[in-house]
Amino acid sequence: MKAFVKVLALALCVALIGGVFAGCTNTTTAPSTTDDATATTAAPVAGEELVMGTNAAFPPYEFTDDQGNVVGIDAEIAQAIADKLGMTLVIKDMEFDSLLTAVAGGSIDIVLAGLTVTEERKQSVNFTDTYAKGVQVIIVKEGSAIKSVDDLEGKTIGVQAGTTGDIYCTDDFGQENVKQFANGTLAVAALVNDQVDCVVIDNEPAKNFVAANAGLAILETAYTEEDYAAAIAKENTELLDKVNAAMAELKADGTIDAIIGKYITAE
Amino acid sequence: MNFVTFEMWLEGVPDWILALPDWLQNFMYQFYQTFIFEQRYMLFLNGLKITAIVTVGALAMGIVLGLIVAIIRTSNDSFVSRKPPFILRIFNAICKIYLTVIRGTPMMVQLLIMGFVIMVPKTETEIIVCAIVTLGINSGAYVAEIARSGLMSIDAGQSEAARSLGLSYFKTMWYVVIPQAIKNILPALGNEMITLLKDTSLVSVIALRDVTKQAQNIVSKTYQAYVPYISLAAIYLAIVMLLTWLLSLLERRLRKSDR
Repeated sequence: MKAFVKVLALALCVALIGGVFAGCTNTTTAPSTTDDATATTAAPVAGEELVMGTNAAFPPYEFTDDQGNVVGIDAEIAQAIADKLGMTLVIKDMEFDSLLTAVAGGSIDIVLAGLTVTEERKQSVNFTDTYAKGVQVIIVKEGSAIKSVDDLEGKTIGVQAGTTGDIYCTDDFGQENVKQFANGTLAVAALVNDQVDCVVIDNEPAKNFVAANAGLAILETAYTEEDYAAAIAKENTELLDKVNAAMAELKADGTIDAIIGKYITAE
Repeated sequence: MNFVTFEMWLEGVPDWILALPDWLQNFMYQFYQTFIFEQRYMLFLNGLKITAIVTVGALAMGIVLGLIVAIIRTSNDSFVSRKPPFILRIFNAICKIYLTVIRGTPMMVQLLIMGFVIMVPKTETEIIVCAIVTLGINSGAYVAEIARSGLMSIDAGQSEAARSLGLSYFKTMWYVVIPQAIKNILPALGNEMITLLKDTSLVSVIALRDVTKQAQNIVSKTYQAYVPYISLAAIYLAIVMLLTWLLSLLERRLRKSDR
């Protein structure tokens, strides 16, 4: 009897641990990006999965639609790349500041998250060719004393943790003046509440945030300008080459421009 | 530059390190990058300070709040044959609502509501106060039930005897019931303290840089997760072991009168 109980306990432990690991691989599948309904129902293309990591609180690059699917420019570009490569796209929505660690560690294959190319990041991952340009802008409340970058000294700045806005502001103004939020939405909520004096974030999400909250404005002068690219682990040069080739084709046939144009209307 | 490459690091190290095996060199490089480069150990220390302040503050608030709620709840329940006085019934109802709401919602949600809806803190001090209040209120609900189990474990005959000897209700509580109850609740209270300490890692959602957030910041500068996160775990483990040891000392001291 005792032995039986021991075996049972052991079996339960194994099941429990197995369950935990099974939970880790839980992912959300990407929505079909084409209007063609058959694309979603068609059996996954014979081939491997392309696991993309992103932080879906960065409209219009990535955000969740009413069904909870991750959509946006990056999701559509990734889908187009996966289609070209004959792979099935799987999107994982995670915290922005753990994306690069995850891709370097191999738990995801590629990061498309409005990710800026920087020298520091190049030390740990490879970047694909750039597919979009980003600008770090400053969001303030209308009538704020902050009129330009020069006025930021001594002010409380809200940022999304781990973004280039966070890195630059912390370098320029010190940790004590920079408040980190898990995503841009919370940073903007803090600005609306007067908990921070301004928010430094990428231009396109900034436009969305300002449109959604009355009384906010984007300053004319930008903080910095930068390039967006996808990141892939250093060892995975095979995927890098394939993605770059696919991206070149998509750029040449105008697919990427069309996707970006769909979300960002030119002024 | 936020970053020092392995090659850059190798140039500046003494010769004996070059003789070490690769994995050890790599580990030392990551350690250097995590703690020493740009004095990053200061980030850990600053984060640890926030974690400590929030834990101690919330612990004190939780114990006081929990004890008050527990006393109200037990004294209300001690009326068996007749109805408790009206005021007590009101307080008891408030306590019950408090317990239901706080225990029924996640810590994270409570922090988000306090941080962005109710308290809306602006300065660093206000944020720390907000974190202490939120965690203290949360912890108080759990401490209340722990304390109630302790108060109820003391035989009713004891307070009856004390009351018949002429002690007031509060003197009975203070000199007879609570000293015995504390001994019974210490192990469970220790559990709650440990949980509270670990819950402080959630305060980063209201933009507080506790030790967990600082470790994440280092990872997002170096993109090397191993040393920062293992060190972070070791830091928490060390604090918990210290707490456990202090509690065991207290338990031993309180048991002296048993013999």
